[in-house]
Amino acid sequence: MDFDYQTLRTAADSWGLLYLFIMFILACAFAFRPGSKARYKDAAQIPLKED
Amino acid sequence: MSSAFAVGAYGLVAILALLLGANAKDGLFAAHAYVAAVIASGFALWTLKRLDFSSSAKAVTAGGPSTTVEAEGYMDGVVRAGAIATVFWGIAGFLVGVVIAAQLAWPALNLEYSFTNFGRLRPLHTSAVIFAFGGNALLCTSFYVVQRTCRARLAFGNLAWFVFWGYQVFIVLAATGYLMGVTQSKEYAEPEWYVDLWLTVVWVAYLLVFMGTLIKRKEPHIYVANWFYLAFIVTVAMLHIVNNLAIPVDLLGSKSYPIFAGVQDALVQWWYGHNAVGFFLTAGFLGMMYYFVPKQANRPVYSYRLSIVHFWALIFLYIWAGPHHLHYTALPDWAQTLGMVFSIMLWMPSWGGMINGLMTLSGAWDKLRTDPILRMMVMSLAFYGMSTFEGPLMSIKSVNGLSHYTDWTIGHVHSGALGWVGMVSFGAIYYLVPKLWNRERLYSIVYVNWHLWLATLGIVIYAAAMWVSGITQGLMWREYDEQGFLVNSFAESISAMYPFYVARMFGGLLYLAGGLLMAFNIYKTIRGDLREERAMGAPVAAAAAE
Repeated sequence: MDFDYQTLRTAADSWGLLYLFIMFILACAFAFRPGSKARYKDAAQIPLKED
Repeated sequence: MSSAFAVGAYGLVAILALLLGANAKDGLFAAHAYVAAVIASGFALWTLKRLDFSSSAKAVTAGGPSTTVEAEGYMDGVVRAGAIATVFWGIAGFLVGVVIAAQLAWPALNLEYSFTNFGRLRPLHTSAVIFAFGGNALLCTSFYVVQRTCRARLAFGNLAWFVFWGYQVFIVLAATGYLMGVTQSKEYAEPEWYVDLWLTVVWVAYLLVFMGTLIKRKEPHIYVANWFYLAFIVTVAMLHIVNNLAIPVDLLGSKSYPIFAGVQDALVQWWYGHNAVGFFLTAGFLGMMYYFVPKQANRPVYSYRLSIVHFWALIFLYIWAGPHHLHYTALPDWAQTLGMVFSIMLWMPSWGGMINGLMTLSGAWDKLRTDPILRMMVMSLAFYGMSTFEGPLMSIKSVNGLSHYTDWTIGHVHSGALGWVGMVSFGAIYYLVPKLWNRERLYSIVYVNWHLWLATLGIVIYAAAMWVSGITQGLMWREYDEQGFLVNSFAESISAMYPFYVARMFGGLLYLAGGLLMAFNIYKTIRGDLREERAMGAPVAAAAAE
């Protein structure tokens, strides 16, 4: 398989795009997982814990 | 004794540099080798002066890793040095900016001398403000924030000091190179191959210190500010390496040629260039914002969830936006359109950050009446919101056809850089300095307020002048008569710019004046002086109580 311009370009606008998009959706879904609200409430307090 | 060893090592480097200089293939490389020799000798002398011959247990503080590694608590010496460097390079960069703005209005100020030519001073200005001022602000705040939010001392002992001094050496080599005419002609990546290699070494050390501190953290969760800082460090490493892939003509010469050519080179350059904006000037400073705004407002960030979502959206989108710098060029159309679409989508995560920062103040807006530092941070977020709205607008091809290559772009960059990057850095420095030097408060809170309004007025004048001049240029360049001839010569569009260039210089002068006021305020604060003044607004004086 030779990596010419067209191969890379086609990979980028099909599977590459799909892969990155799914990763992004997963990252966002992870932020909204059940129980995350309480955890994030604690995490937001980290800078205020000490001087 | 490791510090005695360090003196020897510095001396050896100095001798090596002298040898390189003596055998250099061109005068510019020789000059840089001698600069390096002078710096290395300086370090050798400095370490030697601090050597304690009486007992080997009490070695020097900054030269010998043996003593400071065991030291307790946070490592704040390097943060203090970084804060001073930030103020110093800030003033230097703003000053050169005012000088080149004056050169554009009055070309005689080029002085017909190669070292003071606009073409050489312009990269000096951009690198001084972005990499020297902004870079030092990011270095010192990231070292401060990562320690506090991980509750851990910086990893690898004095490696952080190497990062700090190594970075200053990079700045000096880059700056002297620009003045002498050493450049590879890539915007924001002008330094030649040997300076690039040095920065790579320093940057890897920076990554090691930051990652090492994250790994040994005592706080189970990695606070979001550190995510942004880490994204900044990792991405800048990648961008720097790829964009600077070049083959030196001679290993003892200053000239190199990039391995890419033509439109590929242009695309790599603007992939680098726009992500320097995205990851250096945005992600890094968002990291700063996510620590210092909650601290100064004494409230947790508005939505931690939003911070995560907009972090990932920013990371996934920014990296594709670069091609909008190459509209209507030899770059394939689909790539131009892709760059435009991703730039427009970037509006959302950018405003996510702005909203998150601003809403952190919800329920505490009254603090703005009494706390000019918080005011500065809010002003910074306002400019962030404005320039991240303007940016996507300008990336639209038809708008870009009017705006590109005109002063509108310069105005856009400066409302982002002076407004967002500058103001949030000033806010962080004003927060940090009393803490780092154990002072009750800043020397003067009133001066902070003066700085805020001088800077704001300066930016408004600057940006307004550039909008008018940019759109005027764009319209003059594309004006045809009924027979299809261009109506205006290029020189006519230049002479039409004169009043706006004078206004721009005046705006820059106000911004510089604000910076000088900050330098004075910081100097007096470090000395331990307190200016007698009435607390701002209500008698409660939230700022003074900090």
